[in-house]
Amino acid sequence: MNRAPYALVLAAVAACSQGQARPANRPATPAQQPSATAWRPPANPFPSTYRPFPSTATLIRGGTVLTAAGQEIRNGQVLLVDGKIAAVGATVDAPAGVTIIDATGRYVTPGVIDDHSHLGVYASPEVQSHSDGNEATQPNTAEVWAEHSVWPQDPGFIRALEGGVTTMQILPGSANLFGGRSVVLKNVPSRTVQGMKFPGAPYGLKMACGENPKRVYGNRGGPQTRMGEMAADRQSWLRAIAYREKWERWDREHTGTQPDRDLELETMVGVLRGDILVHNHCYRADEMAQMIDMSHEFGYRIRSFHHGVEAYKVRDLLARDSISGSLWADWWGFKMEALDFTRANLALVHEAGVRAIVHSDDPTGIQKLNQEAAKAMEAGREIGIIVPDSTAIRWITANPAWALGIDRMVGTLEPGKNADVVIWSGNPFSVYTRADQVFIDGALMFDRFNPNRRPRTDFEVGLFPAEAGR
Amino acid sequence: MNRSLSIAAALLLAAGPAAAQTIAITGGTVYPVTGAPIRGGTVLIQNGRIAAVGANVAIPAGAQRIDATGKWVTPGLFESSTNMGLVEVGAVRETNDYEIRDAENERGDQVAAAFNVADGINPRSMVIPVSRIAGVTTAVSRPSGGLIAGQAIAIDLDGNRVEDMVIASPVAMFADLSESGRGAGGSARGGQTMRLREVLEDARAWARNRQAFERGETRDFSVSRLDLEALQPVLAGREPLAVEAHRASDIQTVLRIGREYGLKLIIVGGTEAWMVASDLAQARVPVLVKVLNNLPGRFESLGATYENAARLRRAGVQVAITSGETFKAYNIRQEAGNAVAYGLPWEEAFRAITLAPAQIYGVADRYGSLEPGKVANVVVWDGDPLELLTRVDHVLIRGREVPLVSRETQLRDRYRRIDDARAYRP
Repeated sequence: MNRAPYALVLAAVAACSQGQARPANRPATPAQQPSATAWRPPANPFPSTYRPFPSTATLIRGGTVLTAAGQEIRNGQVLLVDGKIAAVGATVDAPAGVTIIDATGRYVTPGVIDDHSHLGVYASPEVQSHSDGNEATQPNTAEVWAEHSVWPQDPGFIRALEGGVTTMQILPGSANLFGGRSVVLKNVPSRTVQGMKFPGAPYGLKMACGENPKRVYGNRGGPQTRMGEMAADRQSWLRAIAYREKWERWDREHTGTQPDRDLELETMVGVLRGDILVHNHCYRADEMAQMIDMSHEFGYRIRSFHHGVEAYKVRDLLARDSISGSLWADWWGFKMEALDFTRANLALVHEAGVRAIVHSDDPTGIQKLNQEAAKAMEAGREIGIIVPDSTAIRWITANPAWALGIDRMVGTLEPGKNADVVIWSGNPFSVYTRADQVFIDGALMFDRFNPNRRPRTDFEVGLFPAEAGR
Repeated sequence: MNRSLSIAAALLLAAGPAAAQTIAITGGTVYPVTGAPIRGGTVLIQNGRIAAVGANVAIPAGAQRIDATGKWVTPGLFESSTNMGLVEVGAVRETNDYEIRDAENERGDQVAAAFNVADGINPRSMVIPVSRIAGVTTAVSRPSGGLIAGQAIAIDLDGNRVEDMVIASPVAMFADLSESGRGAGGSARGGQTMRLREVLEDARAWARNRQAFERGETRDFSVSRLDLEALQPVLAGREPLAVEAHRASDIQTVLRIGREYGLKLIIVGGTEAWMVASDLAQARVPVLVKVLNNLPGRFESLGATYENAARLRRAGVQVAITSGETFKAYNIRQEAGNAVAYGLPWEEAFRAITLAPAQIYGVADRYGSLEPGKVANVVVWDGDPLELLTRVDHVLIRGREVPLVSRETQLRDRYRRIDDARAYRP
C-alpha cells in the first residue's frame, strides 16, 4: 500500500481509454464488397455470440424502485419476462407461476454501467503478461481493437458483477492519441470475448490528449508537446477524410483500382460517419475546448470526455455540444493535469445540464460506483446542489448507457428494456449497502446468498484459498 | 548521544503552545470510542486538551460554544499509513519527499533506516487540507521505497511548522517485503530476508563494538553508521518495524524474523493476513488493513477479500484501517464503512480509524478517543461518520477550529458561476 504516487502514475497511463463500438450483430461476411451506391463500413468480422442465460419470469416486489427514468417508487414492483422489463409500477399484473422475490426494505435499480474500464486488457494479476491495454508503438493506433486484448478470465469481471455492474465499456489505454476501438461487454462468464459482446452496441474510439501521449512519445519521435499532439491529431483526421473520399469515389464510379483497406482509417472514418463514438480522455478545461474545436473542424462528435478533472470549468461548453462527462468522484493529485479537481465536479456539470457519469478506470472502483456517486452527491449538497437518489442513480446507469449508445436497450427500468436489474440490500448510496442479486437479461447472474449463483473464473480454480475474493 | 533521534527530540521540545481557548461542543451525540454514545453530550476543550466529556458537564462562562444538536461528535480520524505532507503532485518528482531514491539499486533491497521524513514535511501542503476538512486530523506520514524505507512520524494535520505538528518521531521504521517492493531486479524472497537479517546483524554487532568502530577496528558493515544507529531502537523492541507483506507465508516470515530478533512488529497491508490470523494473534502483531482490496493484483494477494479486517478481529488481531492513500486519505471513512458492510461491527470499524492506530503507534495516551486529558482533535458530523452522505461541520485540531477550506473548495467556489469576473475571485 502506499505505493500511491507510482501506482497512480501507472494507472494514469492505463487510464484514458475510451471508445465504443457499433458492431451490429450480423454474421461475418467473407470480404469487403464495395457497394455500387455508397461507401460503407466493413462488415462485422468478430460478431457477438452472446446469448442470455436461462431465466424465468420474475416479479420483484416490496422494494424501493429507482427506475433511473426519474421515478422513485416505494413498495414498487418490477416484472421481468423473457429477458425484458415487462412492467414497472406500484403494482403490476404478473402471470401465474412467476418467481417472486421479496425486496422489502431493499432497493431495485437498473444494472450498473461503467463506461470506462480496463478489465480484461489490464487483467488481474497485474503481471507484465497481462499488460494488454496500450499498443504504445505509435501515437495513432486506431486500428487496434480492445476486444482482441480482453482476457475473459479476468477475476475482476466477477468482482464487478458482485458490485452490480452488468455492462462495461473496455477501452484501450491513453498512451496514444488514438488508442483504438473499445468494446462494450455484458458482464457474463464466457470462454470467449465474443460471448460477452453486447449485441448491437456501437464501437467507440479512444482518444487521448495531454500528458500521457507526450510522455510516452516525447523522446520516441513525438509528439513531444500539446501542440504536437494537436498537429498529429489533425493530420490523422485529414488522412481519414481523404480515405473516405477515395472509397466514396470508388463506390460511385467503380473505375480504376479498388482502394486498399486501412484498418486505422476505417475506424476513423467510422467516427466521421457517426457509427463509432468518440471517448476522449482529457483532464484540462483548455484541452477539452481544443478537442471540441477540432471535432468541429473535421465534422465529428465527441460522445464523452473521460476523467475531465476540470470539466466543471467548461461545463457550459460540454452542455452546448451535448458531450457527456465521464468523471471520478474524487481522483486527483497524481499529475499536473489532475491538480485542479473539486469533489463538486459531477454535481456542477450535472447542474449545467451535462450528462454526468461516474466512471471507474479502476478494477476496485468499478465495484463501488454507487459509493462513488454518493460521495459526489454529498459534495453537491455542500454547495446547495441537491441531487435526489432518483437522479443520482442515472449517473451510473442511464447516462453511461447514453454515452455507449445503448440507452434504447439498457440503463433504465422501463418496459421493453433488457432486464438488467440489481437488488441492493438497502439504499445504494449507503456505504453499508451491497448488491444482493444481479440480473442480466432477466437471468440471475449473481446472488450473494446462494453459492451456486456466485461465478468463479477459471483463474480462480484450484489456485485461490477458499473464502478468498469476496 | 544518538544523532538520528536528536531530530525527533528537538521537534518535540519545540512543540508550540496549544490554543488557549475554551470551547464547549454541546447537544450532539458524543461517541468517545472508549465508551457508549452520549446523547446530548458535551465535549469541553481547554488549552488544546479535552477537559471533560459527558452528559452533565459544567460549561465555564465565556466558553465559545459549538452547537452540535442533532449531530455526531467524535475524535478526529487517524490515518495510519500515508505520504501526506511529503508530496504535492505525484508525477512531479521534485515535490516527492517520501523516498530516498537510489537509481543504481534495481533490486529493491536499498536500506535507508536513518532517513526520517520529518524535514520533508510541508505544513503548507495543499494536500493536507483536502483530507483535514473531511475529518482526518492525524496521520502517520511514512517513507516508501526500498527494503528499509526509513522512519515514519505521527503528525497532527495543522500547524505552520513541523514542530507544531509532530506527535512522535519516529513512530515506526518502515520496511517492505512485498512483491511490489522488490524492485525491477525482482530479488528472491529469500534474498530480501537475507539482506534484512544482514542489516539487523550488522546493527547488533555495531552496537556491541561502537568504540572499536570509531577507532576503525571493526569489520566493514553493509550499511552506513547512521543506518546502524537508527536501527537500535528497533532491535531494542521500542520502535516498531512496520513491514509491508501480503502473502500469508510472507507474513509468517516477518513473524519469524521478529521472533529471531525480538522485534516489535506491525504488518502493513497484510492482504492474506486473515489466513494466518491465529499466528498474528498469538504474536500480538497488529495489521494495517486497506479494506477495499479484494483483487488478486499479484500472486502474493490471491487471498484478497473485503472481509480481511472482520476475520482478523474475530481472531483477536489488532487492526487499524488505512486508506493507503495520500491525495485521497479522506476515503479512510469509506474504507471503514465498507469494513462494516463486510462483517466488522461498527464500533470496531470506528475504533480502527481512531484509537487502534493510536495504540499501535504508542500515542494512545494522547490520541484516539474523547477522554479528559487527551489532545482535542474533534470532529462534528451531521450524521454517521462512516456514511458517504454525511458532511463534516466542524474540525478541531489541538483545540483550534480549522476552517473547512482547501484548494479544492476554493476552486469550486471560484467556478460556482462561470463569468469573466472569475479570475478576480479568490
